Amino acid sequence: MLPHDGLLQLTPEGLYCPAAAAWIDPWRPVPRALITHAHADHARAGCGEYWATAVSEGILRQRLGATINLVPVDYGALHRIGEARVSFHSAGHVLGSAQIRLEAAGESWLVSGDYKRDADPSCAPFEPVTADVFITEATFGLPIYRWSPGAVVARQIQQWWQGAPERASILFCYAFGKAQRVLAELAALGIDDEILLHGAVETLMQPYREAGVPLPPTQPLSALERRDDLAGRLVIAPPSAHRSVWMKRFKEPQTAFVSGWMAVRGARRRRGYERGFVLSDHADWNGLLASVKDSGARQVYVTHGSSDVLARYLREVEGINAEPLAGPFSADEDAAHGA
Amino acid sequence: MQRFAELIERLEHSRGNNSRVQALVDYFEQTPGATAAWALQVLLGGARRRLITGRRLRQICLEAMPLPEWLFDDCYAQVGDSAETIALLWHQHVDADWGPNADQPLQVWMEELLPAAAALSDDAQAEAVRRLWHGLSPQQLLVANKLLTGGLRVGVAQGLVVKALSRFSGLDEALLQHRLMGGFAPSAAALAALLAPSDGDDTGEVPSRPYPFFLASPLQELLPGDAGDWQAEWKWDGIRGQLIRRSGQGFLWSRGEELLHEAFPELISAAAALPDGTVIDGEVIVWTADADRPAPFNVLQRRLGRKKPGSKLLAECPAAFVAYDLLELGGEDWRPRPLHQRRTALESLIQQLPETADAPGAGRLRLSERLTLDTWEQLEPLRQQARNAGAEGLMLKALDSPYLNGRKRGHWWKHKLDPHTLDAVLLYAQAGSGRRANLFTDYTFGLWNGNGVLVSFAKAYSGLDDGEITALDRWIRAHTTERFGPVRAVEPLQVFELAFEGIQRSTRHKSGIAVRFPRISRWRRDKPAGEADTLATALALLEQAP
Repeated sequence: MLPHDGLLQLTPEGLYCPAAAAWIDPWRPVPRALITHAHADHARAGCGEYWATAVSEGILRQRLGATINLVPVDYGALHRIGEARVSFHSAGHVLGSAQIRLEAAGESWLVSGDYKRDADPSCAPFEPVTADVFITEATFGLPIYRWSPGAVVARQIQQWWQGAPERASILFCYAFGKAQRVLAELAALGIDDEILLHGAVETLMQPYREAGVPLPPTQPLSALERRDDLAGRLVIAPPSAHRSVWMKRFKEPQTAFVSGWMAVRGARRRRGYERGFVLSDHADWNGLLASVKDSGARQVYVTHGSSDVLARYLREVEGINAEPLAGPFSADEDAAHGA
Repeated sequence: MQRFAELIERLEHSRGNNSRVQALVDYFEQTPGATAAWALQVLLGGARRRLITGRRLRQICLEAMPLPEWLFDDCYAQVGDSAETIALLWHQHVDADWGPNADQPLQVWMEELLPAAAALSDDAQAEAVRRLWHGLSPQQLLVANKLLTGGLRVGVAQGLVVKALSRFSGLDEALLQHRLMGGFAPSAAALAALLAPSDGDDTGEVPSRPYPFFLASPLQELLPGDAGDWQAEWKWDGIRGQLIRRSGQGFLWSRGEELLHEAFPELISAAAALPDGTVIDGEVIVWTADADRPAPFNVLQRRLGRKKPGSKLLAECPAAFVAYDLLELGGEDWRPRPLHQRRTALESLIQQLPETADAPGAGRLRLSERLTLDTWEQLEPLRQQARNAGAEGLMLKALDSPYLNGRKRGHWWKHKLDPHTLDAVLLYAQAGSGRRANLFTDYTFGLWNGNGVLVSFAKAYSGLDDGEITALDRWIRAHTTERFGPVRAVEPLQVFELAFEGIQRSTRHKSGIAVRFPRISRWRRDKPAGEADTLATALALLEQAP
């Protein structure tokens, strides 16, 4: 539970800052929303006024409507909203993602949104920020999760794909964020083969290209003739297309899923993919601990996933005041977006 | 070890039997005999000895890591496998450099490194295990841990391994199956013998070696031809076995290829009455000399629970071998001959046995009765008599059928009695392991007792499809009333039809009864919990039981 007199409070609409008269990533329509990033479980339609990073504006308008009332902000710029001073800081999660820092009456709070600390060629790097109180996500809040660098995973993906020249390789990635990160990582390896995209991924390519992210050449799968040979081609599709009629287009493809959850064998077998590549846009265990320490916060609240585990560890082992924050923060990353 | 771990990974990653067989063939082609022999042993499930417990490995892992025990438990709950949990945590703790142990072949791991670590104790053992772990990738560490705990299950059926060996060696699959019966010793010499060219007749080469069992398939539709072309027998509810008399010795094998000598000394004595060079397929069952039908399975279980039965148990629960088929006679492999020939020879063989009561094992070898089945109309009434005869159903075997390997459809059919069913209420749930980790898939069910209280009587794990499992998992999370460690009590609202084979008294459950092979046959979403079955209904089934 958040303190009654704290800078942020939990209302049925979500995290609320009375000083700014604003909600952060509200679950329902509110007059003023501060948006950490454009994933569907953080940015919802119907709010009166949106504050979000300028980099995420294109995607937000695409998803929430071109005519939303949106105030674009730059990373690090300080804004006065009501009685509060508010700044957005890069979260390294996806293009335009931010942590939001609020300060009023001599107290500062930091809301992490979703974040990761690993290098990602498709978005700005995570920025450590200090605050008195830190609200952090803990999607992967267990020490079994430790990520390898994206370049290493991209190399594995390349070997998997190019090792099967006689089959089409379908790589399932969340359409916004993960798909573009994988493409950017492949480009960083020097790959310039044309990669085919499912429509849901294609839609998000333009904002990334406009942001200047180096990407390999891509082509929507729908632009190909039905009889075109797909052997040896890499196709990127969202998980919702797995085992759907869309798959009928392929003759005996090999399939793989790119997600942090793939670190555990049972999770991979349950989903029925041949291969799992472990790549996440969330912080791993060490990343979560480092961010809590970097924040210098005297009080930590933990949301999402293994929130009670991380909070207990912080309390009992690290000696940091921490507690889980209950609420309809999406716990199921699969349903929502890129893990 | 590195290459074996790669093989395991490749097998996990490949879809379809062909690519799995290919992975195995590639491995055998590139691997020297002694190492390949150990790999084969592991693949066949023959390296299941537990050298160190999972609990001890967990302790060894935690001692070297600044993690509290509860956090390990939380990780385990997510992973559902302690060897894998340790592999992931160790990788977190230590940066894996390529260590020297990863390069050691599987043979060295199995013959030296792992037994050496197992032979130590306390701190010395912990240190040795951690030295083994050092420099292994998470996948290699997982395989090493599984080999230490004897829990490595590769998920490749023996048939596929044999297919790969056949493709690799050019030998017939049936020959390889036969040569593998009775166990395989992991040595280069044994592998060479397994893959040696055949002169066509391996019969009796190794006196103890059983033949691969021929298995029946469930009958689903009316069979072709006349009922008279088929041999009908009871399907006995014991354990399938093979009784061998060769080189003046007797051997009794279970279908699981375990030797049952010590557990069933009276059957080994009985085998002494058989002429040398005889192999009989049949059922091990408890059957007292003067009874008209065998004792139920739970009586046999008392025998199976003992490695070496005492004289009291031997007297109370005497075993019999009910002969189904003759596989070898006079040292000749009879399996290719038609069933009617084998049956005639089996009948005369059993009838010639000494009947005197003082003969060792007298009456312990019985012939499986051939039932009258002249027309298909008689089939169903016959099946309905199975329970009275103390059997679990009928067997139908084509009279002209050879004795084949494994489960080949067409010749042998089993036609079991319909199971009993009860509608029961879900009371508790627990998460599964492996691919069911994190999903509530282990369920406990209850029936209403006379006081309107639900009492537990069965646990069931199977019968729901993936969609139902997911839906029920969600329901359980939302309707948990209490938690006892990993077990959740749920609101008693969901009714399931449970099917099971038999029922007996037991102190395992609150209800005082236990059922055999319980599984979920239907989710009765239509049925309110108040209309679920009562303990009285279950007890009435108990009365009917033979």
